[in-house]
Amino acid sequence: MSGPLDQAVAERALRRALANGGRFAEVFAERRRGQTLAIDEGRIESVQSGAEEGAGVRVVDGNTTYFAHVDGLDPADVERAADEAAAALRAERTEPRPLQVREATPLPIERQPEDVPAERKAELLRELDERARAKGGEIAQLNASYGEARREVTIANSDGLFTGDDRTRVRIGVQAVARRDATVETGAETLGAHRGFELLEDEPGQIAEQAAAKALTLLDAVPAPSGSMPVVVGGGFGGVLFHEMTGHGLEADHIQKGASVYVGKLGDRVAEPLLNAYDDGRLPGEWGSDAIDDEGQPTQKTQVIEDGRLTSYLYDRLTAERDGVASTGNGRRESFRDLPIPRMTNTYIAPGDATPEAMIAEVERGFYAVSFGGGQVDPATGDFVFGVSEGYLIENGRVTSPCRGATLIGNCLDALAAIDAVGDDFFMKTGICGKGGQKVPVGTGQGHVRVRAMTVGGTER
Amino acid sequence: MSDLSTVARRAVEAATGAGASDAEAYVSREAGRTVRVHGGEVESLTAATQTGVGIRAWSGHRVGYAYGTDLSDSGVAAIAARAAEAAAVADEDEFASPPQPSEVEALAGLSDPSIAEWETPRAVDLALTVERTALESDPRLVGVEVAVYADSGEHVAIASSTGVAGEYESSSCYAYLQALAEGDGARETGLGFGLARGPRGLDPEAIGAEAAERALAMIGAGKPASRSCPVVLDETVAASFAGLIGGGLGAKAVQRGRSPFAGRLEEVVASEAFALHDDGRDPQGPASGPFDAEGVPRRRTALIEGGRLRSYLYDTYSANREGVSSTGSAARQGYRSLPSVAPSNLVVAPGTLSLEQLLAEAGEGVYVTDVAGLHSGVNPVTGVFSVGASGRIIRDGALAEPVREFTIAGELVAMLGAVSAAGAEPRWVPFGGSVSTPPLLVAEMAISGS
Repeated sequence: MSGPLDQAVAERALRRALANGGRFAEVFAERRRGQTLAIDEGRIESVQSGAEEGAGVRVVDGNTTYFAHVDGLDPADVERAADEAAAALRAERTEPRPLQVREATPLPIERQPEDVPAERKAELLRELDERARAKGGEIAQLNASYGEARREVTIANSDGLFTGDDRTRVRIGVQAVARRDATVETGAETLGAHRGFELLEDEPGQIAEQAAAKALTLLDAVPAPSGSMPVVVGGGFGGVLFHEMTGHGLEADHIQKGASVYVGKLGDRVAEPLLNAYDDGRLPGEWGSDAIDDEGQPTQKTQVIEDGRLTSYLYDRLTAERDGVASTGNGRRESFRDLPIPRMTNTYIAPGDATPEAMIAEVERGFYAVSFGGGQVDPATGDFVFGVSEGYLIENGRVTSPCRGATLIGNCLDALAAIDAVGDDFFMKTGICGKGGQKVPVGTGQGHVRVRAMTVGGTER
Repeated sequence: MSDLSTVARRAVEAATGAGASDAEAYVSREAGRTVRVHGGEVESLTAATQTGVGIRAWSGHRVGYAYGTDLSDSGVAAIAARAAEAAAVADEDEFASPPQPSEVEALAGLSDPSIAEWETPRAVDLALTVERTALESDPRLVGVEVAVYADSGEHVAIASSTGVAGEYESSSCYAYLQALAEGDGARETGLGFGLARGPRGLDPEAIGAEAAERALAMIGAGKPASRSCPVVLDETVAASFAGLIGGGLGAKAVQRGRSPFAGRLEEVVASEAFALHDDGRDPQGPASGPFDAEGVPRRRTALIEGGRLRSYLYDTYSANREGVSSTGSAARQGYRSLPSVAPSNLVVAPGTLSLEQLLAEAGEGVYVTDVAGLHSGVNPVTGVFSVGASGRIIRDGALAEPVREFTIAGELVAMLGAVSAAGAEPRWVPFGGSVSTPPLLVAEMAISGS
């Protein structure tokens, strides 16, 4: 198996990590490379590339994890991390099991972006710029960015696991600013995947047009309404709704600390029977997919809601151990500088049988949130908030005026139970999820979804 | 000269050797530890070291950047070559030129020796004390999700082909916890935090007590009625808004028409009660340093005074575009990022009123103690915002029942115009960057609840 760390070095490091005791030790070695560039005001700028390598070593003893990370992958560097992790322990040496290679098959990358000349990436950004500006003179500003990242990881642990993964992700983002007299509005769109440059060989310019169209639409926006009303949420990134109001609350660390409204609800009805939802780290090419999680556990498809009943939490190794279950392959970390914690991969509401049109037609007065800028939840209280990036009024079953400045706010359990229609127009979008200071790529998805009542917080008087 | 300065100089030479017309290298080494405790036990103990270099290369008026962790001669040479290659991809920009050296005045007191003096068991005790103080405060305080203590010491060196050369060391530490209170059939959370240059500057009991108070105060919270009313923002919320305002005062956003403050220099943008400055040398400021991320001396810059917009914040590039001087406002997130304009320490001027007086002045309104969704609920280009909030009702000029699950909405410049008083007691808050602010009374804001 090729990877950033030799089996012999890993073996030695594990032995040193357990020199002062501990029931489990692990070495996570990583080589990271990436390139980003941007276009702004029509000029290519912020061209940068990075190359980092290092290792994180943890030793678990009782309920305590000792962790150390270093830059560099020379045997001396990795051993230093192992020694530092072991330094605070005071028990008898324990022995790791001999390492056995478990090959994982990385997601296929057709065209490694590192092999694509940077000039080609710059051309792509120029195309995005032109496509957006072609939408009209009211597009005042356009900035777009390209980013690629490759993470080669080796994971070895004292249970004898020796495995690795090679992950490449590509993502582009566009932000357009439209101006008409004193009115300024913005529109943003992204496209990303756990794939190579092939992702961008097929009409990436579309997202520039979509971002520009959003900004232009909002020039005619009215202030968003305030108050409780039915809300129809758009497909794709609308799935961030489920990510925030349910996904985070199902992460087992929150559950085990009593800091989630979903504590003790396994098997309970939490939603209408029409709702089925999953976390799936194996979706081919998706932004949140990997072959294995950052503890070496193969990723999997986990059904979290089945016909409205809560069926599973999301586990990493330590939380699974505590509950006496198997890890669901959700142990993820931003880099070798972080400890793994339970995280979502690609989380989505499975397609239903309603059409978006029919769903909207049944609403007399409501709000249509096509997409969000992002969201946030306090899993312990269940309070969540979403910033709407593109939203409209629904009046008499029709989508009418675009709205600016809308936020959706509510409580997880109420809002989840209030989903009364799920659309058949399923698709996925990319997101960056922050938790405990760590950012990881996550996919969110759904078709259109309708929530019976939710609070829209706007500026309309 | 330290080994880091040597690496920086070598990196500059390697980049010019690789064809760059000018080059700058920023090297940092950081060592730190983090203690997380839960239920009276250590949950994790982390020892961290990080060292890396970021090289900015100019090829005429084109700029490229590369960074890496390999500080060996060959490693640095490879990073330098990538920086020079990156420059060739960028478009020509007449204002892109390397900063010139200027005299840097040393700044004492950035490092607290107590970090090195405190052995790890003592740091663990501090975190445990934070947690225990909260847990023992009240039977309704049922748990602490996590209590954390972290510290780090950083050594930074910078060098450039134009003669910029400097280095300094600084230290910082913080502790925080998220407390869980239960009552009325619901769970409530409360955050407590403290920050200092070293552990002796932290008060673990006060941090634990703050989280407990905040969580307990929220028990029984309901939804307020939608309305427009006076709002008092506590220091943490005021700091989040100050951070947004500081971001909008960065010259890059302004010059590119992506700020609500664009084109408003010397105009009235706030009430007389709101004054704001940036001070990269404030002795108390967590972000203080002798020079900024491109070696330009840190200084004090008045931003909003007498209600008028006095200045934007500039790095070398944005200053070149307007033919002005940098305000020493280049920042970076370590060696991995290109320098870019950002506030250092933002300071909102305190007023004369105690919190009680601010509440009395508000009469009937809402005291906001937490906001959520700032990254998605604020449009930094237009200043329009709508964010989730929680806090207490203000009735008859005093705090009454808790409220949550509502939004506060408005527009940043209009909000500054409506600030009618600032509290007398400022606090350093790590939200929205590094901000010192008192609580603020806003005469009118839109509340959306039930």
